[in-house]
Amino acid sequence: MLKQLEGSRAVAEAVALCRPEVICAYPISPQTHIVEALGEIVASGALAPCEFINVESEFAAMSVAIGASAAGARAYTATASQGLLYMAEALFNASGLGLPIVMTVANRAIGAPINIWNDHSDSMSQRDCGWIQLFAETNQEALDLHIQAFRLAEELSIPVMVCMDGFILTHAYERVDMPTQEQVDAYLPKFSPRQVLDPDEPVSICAMVGPEAFTEVRYLAHAKQMQALELIPDWAAEFRHAFGRDAGGLVHAYRTEDADTIVVALGSVLGTVKDTVDEMRSRGARIGVLGIACFRPWPLAAVQQALAGAKRVVVLEKSLAVGIGGIVSTNVRTALIRATPVYTVIAGLGGRPITKASLARVFSAENLDQTTFLDLDRPVVERVLAREKELRRSGPRAEHVLREKHGVPTR
Amino acid sequence: MFQIRIHGRGGQGVVTAAEMLSIAAFREGKHAQAFPSFGSERTGAPVVAFCRIDDKEIRLREPVMQPDALIIQDPTLLHQVDVFAGLVPGGCILINTTRTFEDLGLAELKEKFKTATVAATELALKHIGRPVPNAALLGAFSAFSEQISLEAVSAAIRDKFGDKFAGRIAEGNVAAAAEAFELVCNAETA
Repeated sequence: MLKQLEGSRAVAEAVALCRPEVICAYPISPQTHIVEALGEIVASGALAPCEFINVESEFAAMSVAIGASAAGARAYTATASQGLLYMAEALFNASGLGLPIVMTVANRAIGAPINIWNDHSDSMSQRDCGWIQLFAETNQEALDLHIQAFRLAEELSIPVMVCMDGFILTHAYERVDMPTQEQVDAYLPKFSPRQVLDPDEPVSICAMVGPEAFTEVRYLAHAKQMQALELIPDWAAEFRHAFGRDAGGLVHAYRTEDADTIVVALGSVLGTVKDTVDEMRSRGARIGVLGIACFRPWPLAAVQQALAGAKRVVVLEKSLAVGIGGIVSTNVRTALIRATPVYTVIAGLGGRPITKASLARVFSAENLDQTTFLDLDRPVVERVLAREKELRRSGPRAEHVLREKHGVPTR
Repeated sequence: MFQIRIHGRGGQGVVTAAEMLSIAAFREGKHAQAFPSFGSERTGAPVVAFCRIDDKEIRLREPVMQPDALIIQDPTLLHQVDVFAGLVPGGCILINTTRTFEDLGLAELKEKFKTATVAATELALKHIGRPVPNAALLGAFSAFSEQISLEAVSAAIRDKFGDKFAGRIAEGNVAAAAEAFELVCNAETA
């Protein structure tokens, strides 16, 4: 059924259609609307049996999800930004324990300085925590990916993170096609756990493992994710058959045939990139886009194949690995056999708008630097650096940048 | 694609206005995208929200920088924010005010743009009892821009407010929108 909904509401309704039995959450912008809506759905009795548990922190949220999942319940939570960092230890536990929890990350920057707006720093910081990471391009895809995520998580017994751009998607109203309960029930079988904590049949799950077995346990975690690389395209195909539209999969190529330059990106910025590419193509540029739908496991072969014909790869990233530059770029380089040049463009940090005009400028630049910061206000940076050179007690950097930007003293 | 930018202050329903506009467009079979400018929202602080309407899927996610129409919910912003930035030649300007463009010192805008005013706050006080001008402005916008029908706007208002206070909020807003629609239609024919 077609609806005009806020992204958060659309995701909440889709999650409810997946019949989670335990939902635990701690509010943090921009994720809050999702769990608020789910709280309302549970309170209305429309989703039953389901227990909605308010917890005291994100660490508790993930811990409750772990307990619920280990007891055999389908468990869901959502978070963002520092909230994801606060659950970091429990994230590794969830994946190490092999528990099929599904979590939405409403992507947001990480402080300091505090910033509530969108970028990918949060989920990128946890890229190696053993969870599958899927990135949504639109609210429709966000909704659809959650349905796929429960299936994927439970089949492989590993947790899945569905990443959607905070505010840009979570707070945007757009058209979505909401599936029926029957469609979701047909696609997503009842949860049949591989392991259950049951008082009648007591077992230990992941007690201490010494050097003689730890490597094997870790190898199995890796093997599971490699297995996901084979299953994800099949399930995306099955999803297309059942729901009549594309969602998920490993990568999405757009106008890459005959492209000299291929832009690699993930998340909602892909829409703006595609519009930019269409306009550049109409002016004769041979340019295409590769969207990464699944970032973990890293779809090495699919990326390799998609970029095989490119003369130049530009990776547009909404996160910064301080001291090296791009995170996605570093991954992309592993997929290139030939010495195709890879350029990193860091964009959209802390909610900075990514415009078609700026993208067209950087995509058509002849000599790109290894790492470019899109729309960086270089004079401001130079003035702050000069001040630091001049004064030993130069003061707080963030406040100096603000003062330079607004031309007013900030205290 | 038709792009609308709405300026107002926290508490005036700016974000809700953009959302209702997108619902109205959706009800007329169009693709629509509404999103706020995501400030640290505080009551009284300047707020901006956007709406795009098109016959095909909207992929673009940049803020609306060259709007086809502006809705200004609070005329005190005229001295604080460059609300007219990027407005396309011949674009629409709708201001919530009891005054005229001449009184506001904006007479020259009438030559380059399509302009209208409506006393939306007064209409809101009359019909809802609260100074939230967004629904009345959408009624006026419907008459003025000819992008969206008043029926679709009314349906979107009912959709958004649901049965809050036994539907009184929705119906009050629908009445405010309808009166604003009439006022703008009459002003145009006068």
